[in-house]
Amino acid sequence: MNLDSKIPEGPLSEKWSNHKFKMRLVNPSNRRKYKVIVVGSGLAGSSAASSLAEQGYNVSCFCYQDSPRRAHSIAAQGGINASKNYQNDGDSVHRLFYDTIKGGDYRSREANVYRLAEVSENIIDHCVAQGVPFAREYGGLLANRSFGGAQVSRTFYARGQTGQQLLLGAYSGLNRQIGLGKVKMHTRHEMLDLVIVEGHAKGIITRNLVTGAIDRHAADCVVLTTGGYGNVFYLSTNAQGCNVTATHRAYKKGAGFANPCYTQIHPTCIPVHGEDQSKLTLMSESLRNDGRVWVPKLSETAEKIRSGELDPNLVSEADRDYYLERKYPSFGNLAPRDISSRSAKEVCDEGLGVASSGLGVFLDFRDAIARDGEQAIRERYGNLFEMYNRITGEDPYKKPMMIFPAVHYTMGGLWVDYNLQSTIEGLFVGGEANFSDHGSNRLGASALMQGLADGYFVLPYTVGNYLGELGIDKAGSVTTSDPAFEAVEAEVKARIDRLLSIKGNRSARSLHKELGKIIWDYCGMARSEKGLREAIEKIQALKKEFWSNLSITGSASTLNIELERAGRVADFIEFGELMCRDALMREESCGGHFRIEHQTKEGEALRNDKDFAFVGVWGYNGDAKEPSLYKESLDFENVALATRSYK
Amino acid sequence: MNLNLKVWRQQGGQSKGKFEEYSLENVSEEASFLEMLDALNEQLISKKEDPVAFDHDCREGICGMCSMTINGEPHGPEKATTTCQLHMRHFKDGETITIEPWRARAFPVLKDLVTDRSAFDSVMQAGGFITARTGSAVDANEIPIPKGVLDEAMDAAACIGCGACVAACPNASAMLFTGAKVSHLNSLPQGQAEKERRSILMVEAMDSAGFGGCTNVGACESVCPKTISLDVIAKLNRDYHVSSIKKIMRF
Ligand SMILES: Cc1cc2nc3c(=O)[nH]c(=O)nc-3n(C[C@H](O)[C@H](O)[C@H](O)COP(=O)(O)OP(=O)(O)OC[C@H]3O[C@@H](n4cnc5c(N)ncnc54)[C@H](O)[C@@H]3O)c2cc1C
Ligand code: SF4
Ligand code: FES
Repeated sequence: MNLDSKIPEGPLSEKWSNHKFKMRLVNPSNRRKYKVIVVGSGLAGSSAASSLAEQGYNVSCFCYQDSPRRAHSIAAQGGINASKNYQNDGDSVHRLFYDTIKGGDYRSREANVYRLAEVSENIIDHCVAQGVPFAREYGGLLANRSFGGAQVSRTFYARGQTGQQLLLGAYSGLNRQIGLGKVKMHTRHEMLDLVIVEGHAKGIITRNLVTGAIDRHAADCVVLTTGGYGNVFYLSTNAQGCNVTATHRAYKKGAGFANPCYTQIHPTCIPVHGEDQSKLTLMSESLRNDGRVWVPKLSETAEKIRSGELDPNLVSEADRDYYLERKYPSFGNLAPRDISSRSAKEVCDEGLGVASSGLGVFLDFRDAIARDGEQAIRERYGNLFEMYNRITGEDPYKKPMMIFPAVHYTMGGLWVDYNLQSTIEGLFVGGEANFSDHGSNRLGASALMQGLADGYFVLPYTVGNYLGELGIDKAGSVTTSDPAFEAVEAEVKARIDRLLSIKGNRSARSLHKELGKIIWDYCGMARSEKGLREAIEKIQALKKEFWSNLSITGSASTLNIELERAGRVADFIEFGELMCRDALMREESCGGHFRIEHQTKEGEALRNDKDFAFVGVWGYNGDAKEPSLYKESLDFENVALATRSYK
Repeated sequence: MNLNLKVWRQQGGQSKGKFEEYSLENVSEEASFLEMLDALNEQLISKKEDPVAFDHDCREGICGMCSMTINGEPHGPEKATTTCQLHMRHFKDGETITIEPWRARAFPVLKDLVTDRSAFDSVMQAGGFITARTGSAVDANEIPIPKGVLDEAMDAAACIGCGACVAACPNASAMLFTGAKVSHLNSLPQGQAEKERRSILMVEAMDSAGFGGCTNVGACESVCPKTISLDVIAKLNRDYHVSSIKKIMRF
């Protein structure tokens, strides 16, 4: 597998401009002869599709929802980073670059991250021009807030709905191009496979989710912006339909999959209420500014709280363990995401959890209310308290909130070079679907930035360069009558038939739940060699169970929600195994990946820069064989490697 | 708790639908409405019956995908709450719950509770944007926007495009939805250049998509999960009429 990252020559700050200058251009009147497929309509997809269409290319865009506006990006709350330095607090492109490299625990590629920081400013300008209502100060200028992992205020936000407003902005640009006939939008279409002709990605096979029709779509290149794979855990903060299908299928067609084990677990989510639970809801991290995290010191006390016998407010000060404050006196309740999450798991493992399931810790505002008054707390967190109340039916002004960590984001993804091209020529990958910028841990408010950077300011250039290099005589040369399409379409149909013919006794949901539990237990917040080996065996057994005991009712030629789910779960099962393999291979702890064998005496993550400063890229070798590992070594020329400390 | 469910079942767009009754036991009060339906579906699958199709995705009240009328009310009984955020503790043990799809000419049923709301997208494609080519923007702080103006735009921009307003309206009018977008864009300085065009084109698209006219019933506002105010309709009417008159005068 060729992992040439194609990083341009020259000093860091000049790489992108030099590279842009050297790119092949396509004559404006020739652009309409090319066709580009964009799969996904989230921030990355909508922005890429509309920008490419503005340049004159013909674009086909796909999403599984009934409207591009409903992509999962819509759910992002907190904000988007940019190095505008509007607060005059010392921010700069270089600082944003540095914070992102450090936040990612030194496992990302310097040149890509620098470019991300560089274009971050253009994103804000563009979004404002589109009418995105970012928060303003009374003077009419843009407001900022600060976010984890940074000492400057560089986060732009639109109330608690930043993702919604950014996506509606990108969607409006997309709509304009749809209206002009430059983008053909295919909603309720799911990409089920990738078509490669003579080594180049030239199309996809989709299923129309309403009619069940399997269709071929050909183009001069394919862009995947299909989001992250957090739902491999079954329960996550992701939307229900988020899936790994598009990227996993591309992997099986030869694209390298990078760092699948890098997943982010967010510490402040509402705990699981029971077996029926279908998703987890994030509570903003800002709550940890005033809430104190604790569990009882004794498991008997915890037991009484769990059974409802004891009101937690009656637990005396001496019987409470404010464990973050105890373990990390200087950061206290504001310890970073990975550390807070892991600590919550540890106390619950010791039987000290307080939710009825045993999996939950308190986030208590009692002292803050006594200190600042209920009104002040209401002003700061009113909407979050309301949301908590809506979901749990409890009043956090009177009773401590309960929280537990949940899967939130996936840093791993398809491997891409500096041009965001995967190991398959003509297959580009943007947004959460690629692995590129966040290393082993993503900083808050950086995913929205990356999705839009890729879609507005990187892909429109690099895709154009690829098409220019193809040459105009190649434009539109591959059609759906190429035998490659027929072959892949036959594979897709055979797989659907196979799913429908199992006629076993278990629903796809129950199998997905079982997978989620394995991944959560063994490849979640703390991983070990023994556990991961066990997990791989369990997943292999689950895969057999799936293919012999799945039950789907209905047919392939109608709207069939169970068939959709089953296809996604089948891919998650295979992918889950790859994740565990990657976690097993990575004999170190870094960012969101914590191997219990690799920790300091105090229980902190122990990186191994000597042996593991590389991107782990997996290549598929067929279902019967194990995948191969390829390495892209990471060279740090501008940032010195250091250990994070929060004591 | 135990429930009786009366659910609208319809094979496809062309077929005739009808209510089917199901009983569901041991539903947790902590479950959300959609988790209750998941449990119903698991029960149906275990009996090899076709599960109830319904739209949903984010399950946190922001994507606008979930869409069902519960006991006659779009999104059910709780104010400012989408179906996915509605919890079972608001229902009583032994209760009968009627569940049906959005009913509106412009939103044809595709299957069971799933409808086709692409008419909303066509209204947006007609003018729900500010033309801003990627790469053409000035510095974001070049256009100061008073906080009050911004807050009003943001209130309108909060619409999630769910369609409850249309489902609640006896005329199946889309004025609250369209008004929300027009108010958002027309009130911002960036939106001025296309204000007239936008107002006219979006109203025309709304009419041709099959939505009914507005007779000021106000049912839309009371079911809207994002509390979009009727003021946006007044603003849309004003901008539309002014724009139409200007257009005539220019002839
Ligand atoms: C609750 C929550 C809050 C968050 N808050 C923040 C925040 O405050 N700041 C921040 O920076 N980040 C935040 N994030 C992360 C961020 O929202 C996401 O990483 C980002 O929006 C992903 O955008 P995307 O365009 O890559 O993918 P998505 O928005 O997930 O879009 C994926 C698209 O691909 C389509 N698709 C997927 N699979 C297929 C298929 N097989 N066939 C066809 N189409 C397909 C979907 O229909 C969709 O259109 C948050 C995430 C969550 C879950
Ligand atoms: S105006 Fe309200 S009810 Fe209508 S689509 Fe928007 S959010 Fe839904
Ligand atoms: S499922 Fe997204 S709003 Fe209800």
